[in-house]
Amino acid sequence: MSTITGGRISSNLVENFEEIHKGLTRSEAIEEANRCLYCYDAPCITACPTSIQIPKFIKKIATDNLKGSAKTILEANPVGASCARVCPTEELCEGACVLNHDTKPISIGHLQRYATDWAMKQKEPLFKAGDSNGKSVAIIGSGPAGLSAARELSLLGYQVTIFESAEEAGGLDRYGIVSFRLPREVVQWEVDQVEQLGVEIKTNTTVGVDISTEEIINQFERVILAVGMGQVPNLGIEGEGLKGVYDAIEFVKKTKVDAPTDELIGKKVAVIGAGNTAIDAATTAIRLGASNVKIVYRRTKNEMSAYQFEYDFAKQDGVEFRWLTAPSKIVSNEQNEVAGLECVKMTLDEPGLDGRQKPVPLENSETVLDVNVVIKAIGQSKHTKLIEAFGLNHTKGVVDVDSETFQTSQENIFACGDCIFGNGQGEAMVVSAAQQGKEVAKAIHRTFMLQSEIA
Amino acid sequence: MADLQINLAGIKSPNPFWLASAPPTNSGYQVQRAFEAGWGGAVWKTLGDPIINTTARFAAASFNGKKVAGFNNIELITDRPLEVNLKEIYETKKRFPNHAIIASLMVEPKQEKWHEIVKRVEDIGVDGLELNFGCPHGMAERGMGAASGQVPELVEKQTYWVKEVAKTPVIVKLTPNITDITVTAEAAVCGGADAVSMINTINSLMGVDLDSWNTVPHVAGKGAHGGYCGPAVKPIALNMVGECARNPLIDIPISGIGGISNWKDAAEFILMGATGVQVCTAAMHHGFSIVEDMIDGLNNYLDEKGIASVMDLVGKSVPKYSNWGDLDLNYKVVARINNDVCINCNKCHISCEDTSHQCIDMLKDATGKSYLKVREEDCVGCNLCSIVCPVDGAIDMVEIKQTLPSMTWNERQSRIASFMT
Repeated sequence: MSTITGGRISSNLVENFEEIHKGLTRSEAIEEANRCLYCYDAPCITACPTSIQIPKFIKKIATDNLKGSAKTILEANPVGASCARVCPTEELCEGACVLNHDTKPISIGHLQRYATDWAMKQKEPLFKAGDSNGKSVAIIGSGPAGLSAARELSLLGYQVTIFESAEEAGGLDRYGIVSFRLPREVVQWEVDQVEQLGVEIKTNTTVGVDISTEEIINQFERVILAVGMGQVPNLGIEGEGLKGVYDAIEFVKKTKVDAPTDELIGKKVAVIGAGNTAIDAATTAIRLGASNVKIVYRRTKNEMSAYQFEYDFAKQDGVEFRWLTAPSKIVSNEQNEVAGLECVKMTLDEPGLDGRQKPVPLENSETVLDVNVVIKAIGQSKHTKLIEAFGLNHTKGVVDVDSETFQTSQENIFACGDCIFGNGQGEAMVVSAAQQGKEVAKAIHRTFMLQSEIA
Repeated sequence: MADLQINLAGIKSPNPFWLASAPPTNSGYQVQRAFEAGWGGAVWKTLGDPIINTTARFAAASFNGKKVAGFNNIELITDRPLEVNLKEIYETKKRFPNHAIIASLMVEPKQEKWHEIVKRVEDIGVDGLELNFGCPHGMAERGMGAASGQVPELVEKQTYWVKEVAKTPVIVKLTPNITDITVTAEAAVCGGADAVSMINTINSLMGVDLDSWNTVPHVAGKGAHGGYCGPAVKPIALNMVGECARNPLIDIPISGIGGISNWKDAAEFILMGATGVQVCTAAMHHGFSIVEDMIDGLNNYLDEKGIASVMDLVGKSVPKYSNWGDLDLNYKVVARINNDVCINCNKCHISCEDTSHQCIDMLKDATGKSYLKVREEDCVGCNLCSIVCPVDGAIDMVEIKQTLPSMTWNERQSRIASFMT
């Protein structure tokens, strides 16, 4: 996905949300696949959190064994079609490719997409559920971590039920990643692959509301918490309730559910935060017709958590960046609409406890940015209430788990994905969630194996 | 999941992929690693009186930046004592009883020498023997390998000597360095061979260094011809397999060798009459793990075609391989350019204009846009334009239905002859 370029904005908003990269043609795929050296003990495999046998799947593209190729990918990564599109490949497999030192790295992401796109067109499923072992597992959340765990458990013969509060399954992949990177159909296909294994997905079902945590614990032998994260927290400044203030997560979600709204056409937008969600919100705003989009961040480019390619993409889309700028107040007009964003200039001080230099405001540096939309993208809140309802130990909303078994403080409850991400542990990537899903499945299987050994 | 097991003249293996007798099968360590990786069989590097090798030994042809389009070697047969090889064959067979181990053999063309080695090798337990009548360098100068393989009488006689004592199936490996390989294949049949394998390597000189004027490779400034193999030799090998497969006098199974790099190459050899295939260069280029895609790809292909066993694929294209004189002179294809796919490189035009039949016009439409068009009435259907075309689907060769019935050259000549009488 690293080679997708922004900047081609159409006045037809629907077009703006079509997938940017059209996928490799057969000639492109064959040419690229044949460029792969088929390294032994290849560093790309090590760099992939799900350890996809990358040279193997590429070789299979080169020999026209697309079924084998897709299977190689999806065996290791149940959401391999999504990851082909959203993985930060230059940080992972492509970054590790030995050809970085010679010519240019293999476009592993594009090749992975080529093979999984083929799989998406097939009628025959690639995997079959294992023979039933009579054990049941509940998974809370149908994002990449939950789907991955469900797939692995099904292959091992478990009866899996997923509880999903949203209308459709897929979690972050379904609602949180912009359509021009990850279209809905891809996620739906991955959900379908899990469902065809016999996994029941109960959508519109919020645990703690529609079904109690006790019922889940009583009805299932093991529980996996894979709920991801929640809303963007408040900024804690004046004016957050004004018309024209959005939560970045909700903002992106709306474009994945409804046709593009025209309410941003010609608007001037400030996005607060400089993570990957902020970039998504900013580029989405551009694609919805905003006339100017600024990212406002209290630190500098060096500290932003957005990947370099995300930053480049935003720049190509025409997004402006205001570094060392912190919002202090959202200015209102008489109709209770956003009329500006008051900001203070910051400077970086000594490093704080997290090792990052602390931003401190410069006195009397207030300026007002001329904007009429403010999008908050300063991270996401945790599902602390649910975590506590299950009686799980947590650290500031991050579920405490055993780093190997993903077991929580409750013996039969496991957790994976974004709900265990934070406080300096883990990586909030789709591919990491997928890997954790696999590992949780294995860990749960081990607990039953141990039991049967004891019995 | 299709059944990939083969039975080649009584030699059974879990799949049709064997390693050819060559550097990859030099030792028990290597062959065991290969079996672990999935190879169905291995033809042990040729046993005989241990030789002394040179350095360097290998060279390869790169083609337009692609490594190892062709490969050449001047390495000889095993340089290890027979007892060591036999011990390792025994150990390997014990560990992998269901995999095929075939001992490649080469001794002087003397009856007692053949009897002796066959007995010693069969005593430790192998699944078959392969007689190396093909090695084109070094051993040939000593009257062995290709030197005997090029003389049909010697092929027949030595095969016969082996068959006098052999208890396991005998495969005769043929050299391509001969005008008509079916002659030596027939000689092998006459000698009682249970199967033939082909091709061994082709006499070759890989290159000359333009600065030192040394040969590539060279040994202290001197070179000697080597044996050529790898992807480049596949069409030569495939023809030789096809010629033997369609020859009714060569009614024994064929083990196909020559440039097989993946499952598709293997499937082509099998369709053209090979019961199984042997691979060397591709393994030397990429390691033993390439067999995984060979197995997976062939299996998926058979499943897709609804074929239950790979043995059902053997020889399916042989009836389609014939003599030029049996081809229909009234069959006609012409080139058709798809202008919506064409990228206007004009390679088809210039190849046709300069080197074929001048029937592709460079034209402009009403808006001044360039396009190419075939004058189909002048097109001889040679395929050249579609071969040089860089884009898939830009040029189709389409069949033009003929009003005349099928007529081959042979039919035409016999009809003319009938008018003469």
